[in-house]
Amino acid sequence: MTAASLTGIDAQTEVPLKRRLKRAERARQIKALALVVPLLLFLLFTFASPIAGMLWRAVDDREVRQVLPQTVTALANWDGKDLPDEKAYAALASDILAARASGTVAIAAKRLNYALNGFRTILTSTARSLKAAPEPGTARETLGKINPAWRERATWTTIKDASGPVTGFYLLAALDLTRNADGAIVAAAPDQAIYRGVFARTFLISFSVTALCLILGFPVAYLLATLPPGRSNLLMIFVLLPFWTSLLVRTCAWIVLLQSKGVVNDSLHWLGIIDEPLRLIYNRFGVCVAMTHVLLPFMILPLYSSMKAISPAYMRAAASLGAPPLIAFLRIYLPQTLPGIGAGSLLVFILALGYYITPALVGGAADQMISYFIALYTTETANWGLASALGAVLLLATILLALVYGKLVQGQQVTGGMKN
Amino acid sequence: MSDNPSLRTPSQRIAWTITIVISTLVFIFLITPILAIMPLSFSSGSYLTYPLPGLSLRWYDDFINSPRWMNSLKNSMIIGVASTLLSMVLGTLAALGLAQWKSRFKPLVLAFVLSPVVVPGVITAVGLYFFFAPIGLTGSYLGLILAHTALATPFVVITVGATLQSFDTNLARAAASLGASPLDAFRRVILPLILPGLASGALFAFATSFDEVVIVLFMAGPEQRTLPREMFSGIRENISPTITAAAVILTTVSVILLAALEGLRRRNERLKGSSA
Repeated sequence: MTAASLTGIDAQTEVPLKRRLKRAERARQIKALALVVPLLLFLLFTFASPIAGMLWRAVDDREVRQVLPQTVTALANWDGKDLPDEKAYAALASDILAARASGTVAIAAKRLNYALNGFRTILTSTARSLKAAPEPGTARETLGKINPAWRERATWTTIKDASGPVTGFYLLAALDLTRNADGAIVAAAPDQAIYRGVFARTFLISFSVTALCLILGFPVAYLLATLPPGRSNLLMIFVLLPFWTSLLVRTCAWIVLLQSKGVVNDSLHWLGIIDEPLRLIYNRFGVCVAMTHVLLPFMILPLYSSMKAISPAYMRAAASLGAPPLIAFLRIYLPQTLPGIGAGSLLVFILALGYYITPALVGGAADQMISYFIALYTTETANWGLASALGAVLLLATILLALVYGKLVQGQQVTGGMKN
Repeated sequence: MSDNPSLRTPSQRIAWTITIVISTLVFIFLITPILAIMPLSFSSGSYLTYPLPGLSLRWYDDFINSPRWMNSLKNSMIIGVASTLLSMVLGTLAALGLAQWKSRFKPLVLAFVLSPVVVPGVITAVGLYFFFAPIGLTGSYLGLILAHTALATPFVVITVGATLQSFDTNLARAAASLGASPLDAFRRVILPLILPGLASGALFAFATSFDEVVIVLFMAGPEQRTLPREMFSGIRENISPTITAAAVILTTVSVILLAALEGLRRRNERLKGSSA
């Protein structure tokens, strides 16, 4: 066969072969995707939908609309300047009678009470006293007689604001904001404005724990990365054993150690350092100690792997070029650990932000973080809108930090690959 | 202190000594709580203080004879094993698919698959509580198993994915060219090679479920309380030495899991060493 005929055959088969390869590759890709789909569907059901549902609850506002449908319709065109007209009063009276019959007054009363303290009493007392539908034209007078609150504009604007179907009420409340009677966003009443403080506390505790982890974790990671593998593997057990021990066990252990008749106080007393037991737990100190203990491995492990990747040749080169050890450490070693420091710190901070169990067990009332309030409003007071809104804010903070973390870790992998 | 090669000047030696001192203190900080709680479970007295008045197994006896604790241990096992199995199937399939799938959406899909690890436990728990209650999945084993599977699967995807990355795909092609069906190739070539990765994934998955308490707190009825959940109430109400016995049992399980994982890692390193 000549070279010309060979290329001729190639030219004939080239196009179909290319197409066949492409088709095979596409089939392979579809098969690959098909393997991932079961997990995606599963997570959609058990993870994404529940969280989307929670986010929806943060703006969902249909209770009043369901219980007082005619009132909501009647108030739709009300300008909110004066008291609403007789039609709205008649609609409310008819709604209340219907709600009492179906036992749904409490649902609307609960929602309206969030917006205006005391609304629960207004609505339930009206429902109790209203015997029958008022004569045509007398609804305003009748309701005003039962409860003078119905003669106030604020009562009606509260209903109108809560008529849904969606509201920014809970999200504003989660940020200590509210709408006044004219619809402008203003600071919430001081007795309800607690969440900015809680978020600040959550960030402060997370930040303190992250700083403590970094200060304690850096020397350990350095030691583990510098020692010969045999010894560092042995010492690694000290990091991995706590890492694998149940969170509950570790929290319980800290209570045993730190309580007023605990091991630490007893030892200090025995050594003659203290006379009275120190208060070491159920306060901020206890929370920070226990959380640092739980999260320290998450700092040490990324730091360790970033330090492990630093070639000792750099430090030797710096020394041979005349850099004093401290300068060599600060200018050669430390900058190379920065990605590890960043990744470890962000990881610890993200995990700390959502902490619930440890502060709940070893903290006092003033040390509870945002997760505690989310849990409280979900299970105890069943203020699901506010729980969801607080959850939405926490989720947003977590996602933003996780995106930064993702970029950081990805960047590390890229540079790591280039160095090799 | 001669193991650090670059210790030439006195100041370097001082810095190295400081590193060792601080690290020792941190190691003590890390390990003391776990060691301190263990002997208390063997105390014959009912106070959680040292010195122990005497040694006894009464608190273990108490644990074994308490239907509440034994039921919680059983629940932890049922939920742990079931969610491990389910997450192994879903996670391994997904890792196999992700290893072959090439798309610009891959980072996005990967981020979604891994997100249950990052999202705070309370948020997942509250979301599931709202979502599962109307369909009757709160207060049920199934609901807890599904929830724990969602939390555990990312670890399976990561560990199995890491194993697949070092897997030589030519072996699978060789199997195919020798006439093995895809299922045969998987069962007889791929599976034996990635088995250590699967095993570590399973250990991570089990540990995740076994240690989880926030979701259980929201979703479990009295019948489904797990060991960590029972410890949570125990710590809240009053810490009896029975809790320390439970803690020792939990820690023993963790140590077994950790040892198994370490064994797998060593075996892997040995295999890599012999093939090189």
